[in-house]
Amino acid sequence: MFGKLSLDAIPFHEPIVMVTIAMIALGGLAVVGAITYFRKWSYLWTEWLTSVDHKKIGVMYIVVAMIMLLRGFADAIMMRSQLALASGGGEGYLPPEHYDQIFTAHGVIMIIFMAMPFFTGLMNIVVPLQIGARDVAFPFLNSLSFWLLVSGVVLINLSLGVGEFAKTGWVAYPPLSELGYSPGVGVDYYIWALQLSGLGTTLTGVNFLATVLKMRAPGMKLMDMPIFTWTCSWANVLIVASFPILTATLALLTVDRYLGFHIFTNELGGNPMMYVNLFWAWGHPEVYILILPAFGVFSEVISTFTGKALFGHKSMVYASGAISVLGFVVWLHHFFTMGSGASVNAFFGLATMLISIPTGVKLFNWLFTIYQGRLRFTAPVMWTLGFMITFSIGGMTGVLLAVPGADFVLHNSLFVIAHFHNVIIGGAVFGYIAGFAFWFPKAFGFKLNEKWGKAAFWFWISGFYVAFMPLYALGFMGMTRRLNSSTNPEWTPYLYVALAGAVLILFGIACQLIQIYVSIRDRKDNLDVTGDPWNGHTLEWSTSSPPPFYNFAHLPQNAGLDAFTAAKRNGSAYKVPGRYTAIHMPHNTATGLWMGLLLTVFGFAMIWHIWWLAGASLVGTIAVFVAHAARDDQGYMVPAEEVARIEGERLKALGLAPAAPVHGARVEQLERV
Amino acid sequence: MSNLVMNADAAHGHDHGHDDHHDAGPMTVFGFWLYLMTDCILFASLFAAYAVLSNNFAGGPSGHDIFELDYVLGETALLLFSSITFGFSMLAMYKGKKNAVLAWLAITFLFGLGFIGMEVNEFHHLIAEGFGPQRSGFLSGFFTLVGTHGLHVTSGLIWMGVMMYQINKNGLSATTNTRMSCLSLFWHFLDVVWICVFTVVYLMGTL
Repeated sequence: MFGKLSLDAIPFHEPIVMVTIAMIALGGLAVVGAITYFRKWSYLWTEWLTSVDHKKIGVMYIVVAMIMLLRGFADAIMMRSQLALASGGGEGYLPPEHYDQIFTAHGVIMIIFMAMPFFTGLMNIVVPLQIGARDVAFPFLNSLSFWLLVSGVVLINLSLGVGEFAKTGWVAYPPLSELGYSPGVGVDYYIWALQLSGLGTTLTGVNFLATVLKMRAPGMKLMDMPIFTWTCSWANVLIVASFPILTATLALLTVDRYLGFHIFTNELGGNPMMYVNLFWAWGHPEVYILILPAFGVFSEVISTFTGKALFGHKSMVYASGAISVLGFVVWLHHFFTMGSGASVNAFFGLATMLISIPTGVKLFNWLFTIYQGRLRFTAPVMWTLGFMITFSIGGMTGVLLAVPGADFVLHNSLFVIAHFHNVIIGGAVFGYIAGFAFWFPKAFGFKLNEKWGKAAFWFWISGFYVAFMPLYALGFMGMTRRLNSSTNPEWTPYLYVALAGAVLILFGIACQLIQIYVSIRDRKDNLDVTGDPWNGHTLEWSTSSPPPFYNFAHLPQNAGLDAFTAAKRNGSAYKVPGRYTAIHMPHNTATGLWMGLLLTVFGFAMIWHIWWLAGASLVGTIAVFVAHAARDDQGYMVPAEEVARIEGERLKALGLAPAAPVHGARVEQLERV
Repeated sequence: MSNLVMNADAAHGHDHGHDDHHDAGPMTVFGFWLYLMTDCILFASLFAAYAVLSNNFAGGPSGHDIFELDYVLGETALLLFSSITFGFSMLAMYKGKKNAVLAWLAITFLFGLGFIGMEVNEFHHLIAEGFGPQRSGFLSGFFTLVGTHGLHVTSGLIWMGVMMYQINKNGLSATTNTRMSCLSLFWHFLDVVWICVFTVVYLMGTL
């Protein structure tokens, strides 16, 4: 009836786990209680959970990302404190089977459930606005993608209290991840959490590619798309081309574990090395999926806060394209030591080094953008400058690792850990935080507190260096990754320093939380009335903050590069239109939420071998989808009067004279007051 | 020169309020085509896995021992004919002949069902003879690749059933036509994949 599931699955004997669960349960209860107390359930349901508005879905993505950042960081600081306590022969407080789950969960959460939703959230909020569209190409699909991500999040967090998580490392290499060596449900949690959220990511990639190719405002050429939209589009190309490989690889591991196939096993003709190849054929493009949108954020931030156009917009687009293409022919550098031979290793080593060329092009473009500009030192700019220095170091250690001979020494050492945290924290995460501060006023209508933002930056960047520079040294000293204790007394001081770095980052995260609290508290002092708080270049700043649900009362026409700057120069930026027309918008729908919920049940049932429930929830998912399709919802028209009312309020806030008449033929041309 | 808020009369003089009216149908078909490309990469991964495993017999049978080309040729013919009949259904749809659309869809459905039936029969025979996917890496790869294609065809059949129900109930509308175009792409795509399966798995396996 319940498959492998029984009460034994709950780790009552593990105090750390049980206390964590109690905290999560209490926190969850507090949230539920607060929503009930303030009677916000119907608001939450109608305005957020069932919304197909790309801006709201984007906000929900970022909320999930931030919660998972806390979870992933809790894992990180547990690992660092364990290693500090258990160096030089101590035992620490985390036994191996628990420690192994923690480093696996840390990797999976930070990549799949923190970085991916953070990037997807920023892309959701910004890209349709930047191309002058009213929503994405397939709004319902967008909602479904989000709920598929939530399915994965729910499953991976369930593994904390029900059963266990994988002890294989986030790559889950067979034969270790095969049934014979990982008989528990940990790897199954891994498989289904990644499979469901990966499916959502694939759909997001399809959706946003269709959006930029088909939904650009009339007259906007591809090369006129803002750079953030471009880098997101390259990331989406990578998603569409690489995530199906992950889907296939996980499916192959699934049939091995569930049906006794011999695809990746060590016996009867299976080939574990094929998994390693397939995994990284997805995994390497995946890191470019993370970094390219961050590059886009830095480009927007630098060009906005210098008050100049981005230097070399076209070269930036082509450099991103080159990185995307090269990102597909370097996967083997993750396992130079597997024995592919000198020629193959040389090819992949050289291809890897080549990537530093387009990346260098970008760095120089940013520098030339700053050159002779008047850089305003806001928090997003500080993250960007911190990135430029930190990422350069990370890039250089990457080139070092790309030398196969050097890699044979450094493979699986802490040097590798230091390198990829250097580029992912110093690249992707800094970029997302910069983007968060940059577009926060657009999404919410008020600016984030600068003081706390800058404090967060200084803690993060100093914490990063203190935490990870020792790991480079430890790598050279021979310390390998995934150790839960060590006996070499020479390593001890470095491990202490690394822990201190993690604590500094903890302060940084605390500053971010305080920043959000203080900003909401003092929002009246930081209101963004104009919709253009930074004197921005691109179309998202031409509409109000937050934008109306339809984004633009009139779709922008013939928007070129830096269209809003051009409009501000020629005086058409705040022109009051003569009349408004009805706008076609999609209805909200709960279908995505129900499908996500049913698929969560499906994943859970598969993990615990509850076959009847798996079958029922899968049939239910299909039924919900077919019912949704049968309704054939064509959306609705927002009446012109309603548009005029909403736009009128904005014009009043801008001090732009009374709202224009609804159906008048008059076209007024007003300068900004 | 950029002019963000264009003269409303000039921009919208000709329509009836749909100033954002992107044609939903073609965009859906385009989006579905993009999705099919991701499916294509999924199959490419499975083909690659099969290629790696195709000689790992582990003392079990090779393709030469177990494949019956005549049988598979019949299976192939069913699927290829189903593509032709789906084409006839699309032609009928363009002419607005609802009953012809339904009739050709039903014939396509039967061909597809026949294909799946033959495949299930083949799998059943192999497993009964002890040549199931657990036997060797080669058979694991074979069952995964061919089985995934079979699951796709099965999904297509379910979709086709839903389409027949909807067209029968609601007639031919813009929505059903868009969905038929997507299903048509899907069905022909599976045909192309099968031709690769036939070549790589069966023909090359029996050489």
